[in-house]
Amino acid sequence: MASNDSDRSDDPIPSAIKILVAGGFGAGKTTLVGAVSEIVPLSTEEVMTEASVGVDDLAGVERKQTTTVALDFGRITITDELVLYLFGTPGQQRFWFMWEELAQGALGAVVLADTRRLDNCFPSVDFFERHGVPFVVAVNCFEDAHYYTEQEVTEALTLDERVPVLLCDARSRASAKEVLETLVRHVAATAATPV
Amino acid sequence: MAEHQEPANDADDADSLVRPYVITQGRQHSDSVQLDLISVVIAARADVDEMTLEPEQLRILELCLRPLSVAEVAAHLDMPVAVVKVLLGDLIGRGYVLARAPYTQQSPVHRDVLQAVLDGIQRL
Repeated sequence: MASNDSDRSDDPIPSAIKILVAGGFGAGKTTLVGAVSEIVPLSTEEVMTEASVGVDDLAGVERKQTTTVALDFGRITITDELVLYLFGTPGQQRFWFMWEELAQGALGAVVLADTRRLDNCFPSVDFFERHGVPFVVAVNCFEDAHYYTEQEVTEALTLDERVPVLLCDARSRASAKEVLETLVRHVAATAATPV
Repeated sequence: MAEHQEPANDADDADSLVRPYVITQGRQHSDSVQLDLISVVIAARADVDEMTLEPEQLRILELCLRPLSVAEVAAHLDMPVAVVKVLLGDLIGRGYVLARAPYTQQSPVHRDVLQAVLDGIQRL
C-alpha cells in the first residue's frame, strides 16, 4: 500500500490486532483497559450518519440521524511487528451499528459483567454469540455487590458451558491480565486454525 | 483507576463541529484508501511540501513519526475518526504516509500469533 518511493520502506510497520471489552455503562470497561494498557486510555469519537448505519436495524426509519459515540481504548505492544488494541465498547443496543465494524476481525471479546446489573450484559453476550466472536465473561467484583459464583453467572446468562466465566477486579493489573489470558486461551481452543 | 481525557467545553465544540468537515472539503469518506480504526500509519518521508498541506495534516505527520493506529491519531487530534481517515487518505495518496492493514483482516488468526499475544500479555 503506497510503499514505493518512501524513505522508510525498509522499516517494519507493525500490524494491529484488537480485543473488545464490552459491558453495560459503569461495568468498568475503561478501568480494565487502563489496568493493562501501556498508555493512558484514549478516547475517540465516531460520528455516524444514516449512510453508514446498518440497514437491518433501522429499516423504515426515514429521518437522517447523526450519532456520536465515544470509544475508549488502550494499547499493548506485543512485538515489533504486532500491537494489540483493547476497545471498550458501549454496551447499549442502540450502538450495535458500530459493533459490526468493531467486531470485524476482532481476536475476541471480554464481556464485563456488573453483578449489580447482570442483565446489562445480555446484549453483549447475544451479539458475540450471533457473530461467532469468541468471548469470556469477566464478573467485575464491586465491593458493595452481591456475590455470584461462576456457575451462577453461567446459568443466569444461559451461557454455553464452554464459555469461560471468571471473577475479576478490573482495577488490578494481575486480574485484568488473567482475564485476557483466559480469553486468548479460549480463542486458541475454539479456533480450528491450522498451524 | 483509569483517567479520562477532559471533555472539550461547549465553546470548543462549536468550532470543532464545523472545522473538521471544512478541512476535508465536505468529504466524509476517503476516496481510495480503505482505513480501519486499527490500521497502523507512519510518516513515510522527510521531504514534505508543507505549503500544500492543512495544519491538521502536518500535525498528523508529526504524530506519525512513530507508528500509530488511526484511532490513536484521531484521539490525539481530538477529531472524529471519519475525518482523520480522509486526511490520512490524502497523505497516503501523496506518499507522505504508509499504512498497514490490521492483522486479522488478512487471514484467520494463526496459532503463533495467539501465542505471541499470550506471551505479550504475560510480560505485562
